[in-house]
Amino acid sequence: MFLAAIFLILAVVLTPKAATNFPFFLQIVIYGIADGAIFALIALGYTMVYGIIELINFAHGDIFTLGAFMSMPLISAFGLSEGQSSGVVVWLLLLVITVIVMVINGGVNVLIERVAYRPLRHAPRLAPLITAVGVSFILEGIMYVWRGASNVHYPDLLPDTRIPLIGSASLGVKDIIVIVTAIVLVVLLTIFIGGTRLGKAMRATAQDREAAQLMGIDINRTISATFFIGAVLAGAGGVIFGLYFNSVRFDLGFEAGLFAFTAAVFGGIGNLQGAALGGLFIGLVQAFATANFLPGGAAVSDIWVFMILIIVLVFRPTGLLGMQVPEK
Amino acid sequence: MALLEVETVDTYYGRVQALRGVSLTIDDGEIVTLIGSNGAGKTTTLRTISGLAHPARGHVRLRGLDIGGLAPDRVVMRGIGHAPEGRRVFARMSVRDNLFLGAYVRKDAAGIRSDEERVFGFFPRLRERRNQIAGTLSGGEQQMLAIGRALMSRPKLLLLDEPSLGLAPILVDTIFQVIKEINSQGTTILLIEQNAAKALQVANRGYVLETGRIVQEGSAKALLESPDVQRAYLGI
Repeated sequence: MFLAAIFLILAVVLTPKAATNFPFFLQIVIYGIADGAIFALIALGYTMVYGIIELINFAHGDIFTLGAFMSMPLISAFGLSEGQSSGVVVWLLLLVITVIVMVINGGVNVLIERVAYRPLRHAPRLAPLITAVGVSFILEGIMYVWRGASNVHYPDLLPDTRIPLIGSASLGVKDIIVIVTAIVLVVLLTIFIGGTRLGKAMRATAQDREAAQLMGIDINRTISATFFIGAVLAGAGGVIFGLYFNSVRFDLGFEAGLFAFTAAVFGGIGNLQGAALGGLFIGLVQAFATANFLPGGAAVSDIWVFMILIIVLVFRPTGLLGMQVPEK
Repeated sequence: MALLEVETVDTYYGRVQALRGVSLTIDDGEIVTLIGSNGAGKTTTLRTISGLAHPARGHVRLRGLDIGGLAPDRVVMRGIGHAPEGRRVFARMSVRDNLFLGAYVRKDAAGIRSDEERVFGFFPRLRERRNQIAGTLSGGEQQMLAIGRALMSRPKLLLLDEPSLGLAPILVDTIFQVIKEINSQGTTILLIEQNAAKALQVANRGYVLETGRIVQEGSAKALLESPDVQRAYLGI
């Protein structure tokens, strides 16, 4: 009901903008979806980790940045640089680099869980939470020392080709890559979680840790797997962020992580589809606000995001797709 | 050799001592029941056997091998299945996924399929509802699922914690019939029940727990006829 109300209000605000300049509106929607796809990739890791050990992993945003940072030396190592013609070889190398980053990023996150969170598994909830904040500072500190405090240029390796749509609106190859990557990863994740033995073990551990142990599931292994997969997705998000925006900074993950966390809460924390949907929604709202479609304009775009979050949580504390199955 | 030996076990929850020198043995093929009032330590005894709680002192041996202090997933691999208190089915997963997870320690796909059929044979309702989400099942169906799920690991010893709690009388009879059937097919059972009369009717032997200690033990028949047991647990 209230969801319908929110969408109705948004529709009422947005329809005149869409009507007066539809191509511009379409362009903004495309940007919003591309941004939202990156938020979604980060939000999935937040929601998975929360689902399994009820930890808000504040370091997750920095794991995303780490993915972007680690890909830069790999790009030089593979001999890629700006201005080359972007043939099949470049695409393949980028794919290989992304996969390497995903795996290393996953390994780093598994290590962090092992060292920083696992010893606190039975400690009061606040202890691992504060530890996560600490891990976030450590990661940001490492990246600060590594590449400095200012923006670092990320090689522009993807073609700037744009496919014209209606009027002035166009769809960039970069937009397509961001969106397709996110969709492919979300589909793979859904298949993995829903259909594989380890995926089912992860869901079981998230729903009832003790009962999962009684099935013979090694919960340390499933928790490690969760951190691994979360970081794999965030790492991929980091690489495509770099390729899309061509600029990264050591503290990028702070804000991106905050929005991704918001997306996870918005969608219903612990729920994968909710996180993906929440990411898209936040990307769109931000894009609309930045384009002056919403009252107040770009200056207050964050206010719009969080105001909608608060309204959603007031009427639906478990988020859009939060747990609705009765537990007897 | 006894299938399971619990020897002078002390178990704590934090600083609270829940078990005080509990000893019991279970032989192959038996149904053994633990009776006692709330808080007597029945559930803690099962949790100590399956590894969810660790004994501070004493031993838990499965066929002579000490399993006290092993993680629960290791205990399952050695052949102990546990249908815990409160059913604890995976509420957001289907009946079939719950059963699949029950067989998590096994790799023999054909055997898993035939055991799923066996569980459906015990509980035809689960077959009808095999694709339903477990959280939407009735309490009785969830209990059937919890028992069926514990059977899927093909345990030598099955621990059942209050399988009749909160069920309609007719369902209670069904569950007890199935417990006897499971036992007659070769699974040894350790059963906890509030309903002491029912439990002693199906069991071979029983132990009486009071505030963490075993105060009485004997054949089910002897316990049924014991004046102390009758007064305290059978309401006679």
